[in-house]
Amino acid sequence: MNDTPTRQVGERIRRIEDPALLRGAGRFVGDIELPGMLHAAFVRSPYAHALVTHIDVTDALATPGVVAVMAARDIARGLTTLRMPLGFPTTTLPPNITPFVLTPEEVCFAGEAVALVLATSRYTAEDGAGVVAVDYEPLPVLADCRDALKADAPKVRRESSDNVLCTFNVGYGDCAGAFAGAAHVFGEQLHQHRGGAHPMEGRGIVANYDKFAGSLSVWSSTQMSHELQFTVAAMLGIAEQSVRVVAPDVGGGFGAKFLVYPEEIAIAAAARLHACPVKWIEDRAEHFVSAIQERDQHWDVEIAVDGDGLILGVRGRMIHDQGAYTPQGINCPYNAATAVTGSYVVPNYNLDVFVAQTNKVFTIPVRGAGYPEGTFVMERLLDRAAHELGIDRALIRERNLVTAAKMPYVKPLKNRAGHAITLDSGDYPACQAKVLDVIDYAGFAERKKAARAQGRHIGIGMAHGVKGTGRGPFESASVKVSPSGRITVSTGAMAMGQGISTALAQIAAEALGATMDSIDVIAGDTAAISMGIGGFASRQTLTAGSSVLLAARKVNDKARKVASQMLEVSADDLVLRDGNVEVRGVPEMSVPLTRIARLLRGIPGYDLPRGVGAGLEATAHWEPDAMAYANAFHACEVEVDVETGGVTLLRYVAIQDSGRLVNPLIVEGQVHGGIVHGIGNALFEYMRYDENAQPISTTFADYLLPTSTEIPHLEVLFMESPSATNPLGVKGVGEVGTIPVTSAIASAVDDALSEYGVRIRAVPIDPVRVVEMIDAAQVGT
Amino acid sequence: MTPGTTSNQHAIELVVNDKPRAVTVESRTTLADCLRSQLGLTGTHLGCEHGVCGACTVLVDGRTARGCLMLAAQADGCRITTVEGLSGDGELAPLQQAFWNCHGLQCGYCTPGILMTLTELLADDPRADENAIRLALSGHLCRCTGYQNIVAAALAAVECLRGNA
Repeated sequence: MNDTPTRQVGERIRRIEDPALLRGAGRFVGDIELPGMLHAAFVRSPYAHALVTHIDVTDALATPGVVAVMAARDIARGLTTLRMPLGFPTTTLPPNITPFVLTPEEVCFAGEAVALVLATSRYTAEDGAGVVAVDYEPLPVLADCRDALKADAPKVRRESSDNVLCTFNVGYGDCAGAFAGAAHVFGEQLHQHRGGAHPMEGRGIVANYDKFAGSLSVWSSTQMSHELQFTVAAMLGIAEQSVRVVAPDVGGGFGAKFLVYPEEIAIAAAARLHACPVKWIEDRAEHFVSAIQERDQHWDVEIAVDGDGLILGVRGRMIHDQGAYTPQGINCPYNAATAVTGSYVVPNYNLDVFVAQTNKVFTIPVRGAGYPEGTFVMERLLDRAAHELGIDRALIRERNLVTAAKMPYVKPLKNRAGHAITLDSGDYPACQAKVLDVIDYAGFAERKKAARAQGRHIGIGMAHGVKGTGRGPFESASVKVSPSGRITVSTGAMAMGQGISTALAQIAAEALGATMDSIDVIAGDTAAISMGIGGFASRQTLTAGSSVLLAARKVNDKARKVASQMLEVSADDLVLRDGNVEVRGVPEMSVPLTRIARLLRGIPGYDLPRGVGAGLEATAHWEPDAMAYANAFHACEVEVDVETGGVTLLRYVAIQDSGRLVNPLIVEGQVHGGIVHGIGNALFEYMRYDENAQPISTTFADYLLPTSTEIPHLEVLFMESPSATNPLGVKGVGEVGTIPVTSAIASAVDDALSEYGVRIRAVPIDPVRVVEMIDAAQVGT
Repeated sequence: MTPGTTSNQHAIELVVNDKPRAVTVESRTTLADCLRSQLGLTGTHLGCEHGVCGACTVLVDGRTARGCLMLAAQADGCRITTVEGLSGDGELAPLQQAFWNCHGLQCGYCTPGILMTLTELLADDPRADENAIRLALSGHLCRCTGYQNIVAAALAAVECLRGNA
């Protein structure tokens, strides 16, 4: 490729998304108003498990403003099937496991929708929903996923033959042999709870059926526009090309919007049946009970080590709370199971996984997608082994890490696409050394002693994390230069706040020698590009970015070929700069891109320039062969109040290696957000249910997200080991910051309370439990 | 009762972003819904509708209020400032500019409320330090930024305003 006169990739460029958002001029789905639009409210089950015996809509229909009430049989008139398709139909799972658009007879979690009220305003829709009289016959409830394995447990769904959705085993080597011959074996029972995704904007959808065009326009706050388009078309029985899905500004995703939800299909069907626009904006109360969560995993694991702390094997079993239905697949427990060995050399591994159904809302990945859980298991086991053997926690890690010399390091494990998990690049020991130096790990013993002399309990903790990023199979991008000179980048990648539009614009700008302000990015509009996968798995800069790069290079080649014919110079001597194709070193010999774009648009009856084809545009669907493994190492200092069990973060230092950074400003922001999500998981976020599976933490006053006063200034460092898996050399960013956090904080709390022998075995760390452990230790002495 | 007012309908007059506005609202209409649905000012966002997340924060007679907890009828006769009033279509205000420069926003959904709270803080305490800023921000939830660049932006705005003073 010719040299690029304008360096954009790698620069700290302010985001192109921001000015509109700062003026309050963003357009979120809730901001969309259409003439004649009806507003929807769902009637949701108050029971975790019950039969719906009767629905009386008389009072609802008599409510001023209410236009219609639709139950399952009503909405079914507009659907090819009442049951949602399985999101990832690639695994062997039993039939009849997905949720219903509206449930016809059996509600299986509190919050499941049984009816839909359409009214002239949201207020009147809620009035109507409040007086839909549903008769329920309560059924026995299964609330704790561990109970799903018991033969006498009540059935989560009557149609389901077993409360255990499936079991699977992940492993390699000879664990039995390794454990039999090991110098030491240490076991741990760990419980992890991850709560909900909680983007500040909940879910929401507006659907508008145009009966004259026979087309359906959908605006949804989604992480997957194309999948929503394909699903709406299939379920409504209309052609894909008659459905356009647009994701307007999306107020965060974090996994909550990486699913086609029953509500989205219900609203699309209602809009078509009533031939008018219909809007549903989820409120927070609904998000707590009906948006996906990640929730509980119970691990019973052990590690075998030699006398020096070298890992010989890890084995055990894990029970994963899947919830009442399986809308997507078992990717979350699979990721957790395959993430355990993480950054380390583990010669033998064996894990039995039980995917357990409960009468709670379904689970799919939240930011981190099982990796924080797998990491927590390994890091807790290493801390335990270090403690038991009297080895420094940094040293036991150093002894077991995959070193730079071993890269690329092929693990005897497969990702869900069936490819070997291959740690492609990075220097994990160097990351550890750098952070421990910055946080002055060597001097911590002195600090701890001094604090203890003042009656304070401080501790230091650390953890590694590694994540496969850039999941395939592809992402789409089209790059087009119009005769006006504007450059449009269209992609199936989804913008939900992470700054992907800016990053893609930088990549296109650099490849076309263009300025940032000449580029428009359209993300998440199915009318702009025909295919797309969407926003998940820290994948978009890598996959969509690579497609943008390849498409822009093709456009660059086209432009130079045309200019070469016009200027009668070799294309190799031409370069794109600021909207012109010019002879390198002779800028006065140039052709404007606008002219080339106009020529390639074609003039009726005249030939196109030779050998380039129509249009100054190109499309690419770059396919990754392998995932790029980004890594992180975190260390933190905490203080624990032994009277209250409260944990205060004093210092937090993190290094991340996400390969080449397209925009360090944006990447830092992603890492900050990722770490603080992890802090929420470590210390605050607990989605509580009672023994009847009634959700009881359904406000932000009960379910605590981290706020500004709990978070210290985060010290974030980078290492840049370019990944050879993609043409940009990048690795994913978004989730990586979250992964080591619970482990690092648990490690630090253990250390702060070392004199009490406290070991954290569950997250979030419950202050009451911490006090109980301290009290128990004091009674014991 | 004012003309146009019934037991459930209230004709109210507000000055919103320096413009007088007259509107009839139901008793139960929240200020945020009135601003968004009836006055078309959709920059004010709703994140929880129970007064915790702060996304709907606006200024009522110069003081911050939760738009989801205050009824529109209670705002009769008040001066309301929303995010749209910070700079209109003109140049970004120093605080907005600082958010842009410091990457103080990601999805931008919580941002309008945070801008209103910081506008109040910087008016009250033009020399606000990190502690004061974090304390003011503690009434807001942001899932994207981890607050760090919001704090950085607020500190940059303090510097900028001090330089201009």
